[in-house]
Amino acid sequence: MIKKHLERFGEFYRQKVLPIRDKVMHRLTHNPIIRSTHTDILFFGKLRIAITNRRRESVVGIMFIMLWIVGYLVFALYPVFNTLYLSFHNVFFDVGGALRLEFVGIGNYQAAFLQDPYFVEILLSYTLELILNVPVTIVFALIIAMLINQNVALRGLWRTVFFLPVIIASGPVIAELMNQGATTLPSISDYTFIDLVINNIGTFLANPLQALFEQILLVLWFAGIQILILLAGLQKIDKSIYEAAQIDGASPWETFWKITLPSLMPLIVVSIIYTVVSMSVFSLNNVVIYIRDRMLGQATADLTTGYGYSATLAWVYFLVMAIIIGIFVGIVSLRGRLK
Amino acid sequence: MMKKLWTRLRGLPQKIYHAVKNFFKTTSAEDVKHFLFGMKMTDGFVYKLVIHVLLISLGYVYLYPVFYMVITSFMTMSDIVSVSVRWIPSSLNWENYRLVWETIYYPRALRDALYLAFFPALAATFSSALIGYGFAKFRFPFKRTLMVLMILTFIVPPQITMIPTFRLFADYGLIGSLRAFIYPAILGQGLNGAIYILIFYSFFRMIPKSLEESAQLDGASPLQVFTKIAVPLAVPAIIIVFLFSFVWYYNETYLSGIFLGYNPNRAFDDWMLMTLPLRVEQFFTQYATAFPEGSPARELIQSSKMAGNILAILPLLVLYFFTQRHFVESIDKTGITGE
Repeated sequence: MIKKHLERFGEFYRQKVLPIRDKVMHRLTHNPIIRSTHTDILFFGKLRIAITNRRRESVVGIMFIMLWIVGYLVFALYPVFNTLYLSFHNVFFDVGGALRLEFVGIGNYQAAFLQDPYFVEILLSYTLELILNVPVTIVFALIIAMLINQNVALRGLWRTVFFLPVIIASGPVIAELMNQGATTLPSISDYTFIDLVINNIGTFLANPLQALFEQILLVLWFAGIQILILLAGLQKIDKSIYEAAQIDGASPWETFWKITLPSLMPLIVVSIIYTVVSMSVFSLNNVVIYIRDRMLGQATADLTTGYGYSATLAWVYFLVMAIIIGIFVGIVSLRGRLK
Repeated sequence: MMKKLWTRLRGLPQKIYHAVKNFFKTTSAEDVKHFLFGMKMTDGFVYKLVIHVLLISLGYVYLYPVFYMVITSFMTMSDIVSVSVRWIPSSLNWENYRLVWETIYYPRALRDALYLAFFPALAATFSSALIGYGFAKFRFPFKRTLMVLMILTFIVPPQITMIPTFRLFADYGLIGSLRAFIYPAILGQGLNGAIYILIFYSFFRMIPKSLEESAQLDGASPLQVFTKIAVPLAVPAIIIVFLFSFVWYYNETYLSGIFLGYNPNRAFDDWMLMTLPLRVEQFFTQYATAFPEGSPARELIQSSKMAGNILAILPLLVLYFFTQRHFVESIDKTGITGE
């Protein structure tokens, strides 16, 4: 049965495909526009380009990444600039789904900061939360990575446990856990000292701090990939450096600050970027939800709903995120340079 | 056999007595100190104890939501209301699972979800292998610039690119179809595409150049070198990238909610392509509308929600159970941390 099909396919290939292929190949070498020999390519019989190894390599390399270049232009570059363009317009839907643009200059940006009653507040509280959460995530990831890196029994099991959230942490699951209060440890809310701390600082700082304690599990759940990154980094540090330090009388505490941390610096930067990005694109993030809601709303004259306005919000959000990443990476690498 | 065991057991108390006696006879204070703190602090009993206590408490924190989910999903209505039942439900109650299973037509929903994760993941793996190879092995102009641009695409939040992409897809009638995910993935712009390209990039960099040169001398074309030499060597990277993108596509709710046209109030009989987490969320929404606050069945929503969540993540848990080695060793193996 299969053999019969194969034979039929072979017949078809010989009779129909091969002649066409031969014709195409013949055209490729025998045409007035482009002609290639072993050493050079001739365009229109005039323009001669020598084939060097370097040029051949470039062409092949670019062919390999061609898919990405096309994808980048279509799905990254064009949308980003289109969004920027839209953010200077008020966008209306006409009947039939066509867009009608109305130029408003920086009106959308003004609206975002001056008229919109929620956006600035949501963005600010999210930013503060992020600034608090990122160091906590990194510190916990580092602690866990160092714990697993010790010579403990069942190392594989621990790794599995700490990586589990990456597998199951999807938006709705976490949303449900948060709703039912499973992301806060029951014992944490019993500690009165946290209330004490929160009551004694301004609400501006206290709210994100409280949110941090209430979502400590969530913060930890975001650390899976970072733990793996840092763990891999820890295992790459040469053991003989530690031995040398020990012989010179360094305590474990000193070796941590003088050897472990400096060697991990590049990976900590990577982890920070990863943390900021993964938290910022997370679908339960308040800002993300807000931007989506604005997008679905109809455009009105007061510029606080619609496509154009949500494009503005997306750009502002992106810039804030980039600034936060810049600040964190700046602080970490400055510290490294001062030493 | 029983007799042999018995003689063994009879001698046991005496043995223990001798062991304890010997212990006190030969053990000095120095030995105890040695046992507790070890030679260099990091190999003593106290140190081990601290490490294990930390590991177990952090492990508890990580697993707490999972336990909570499993346990709540089995609770009956009286268990939820009752104060005395917190950890152990009065019986194994499968009713919640049956409800979710039947309402969302679980087998069909699961098939759709796997379909939605499998093909984009396959496309992403294929394209990122090609692109990563191109970046790793060839020199061409503007390579550094292009790589920086690629990493930047990771930082740009999807909110920025979403509006134009959505319009693009809507224009070509791709909304609500699998192709809305496959096209970006095959062009290297899928979910977290930059990470996969980086994984392949660093992996292909580790393959010695001489291997390819010898194949080239034997007359292999660049594409042949890629398929015959690089790809077989990159099997670990391929597995890792495929698994990660499968999991991330499976859990994705933000983009799929928009590109697939998620509508929480749609009837389940009216079939459409949708990821499993979103379908479970759809179930929650409809359940909440059907049983408004205050009706007796409303109390049950907690446990059926958890049952739904478990059904949603169950395929991933099974996958993780069989492939966890690849996940947790991924970062070591691919050398993404850089040499």
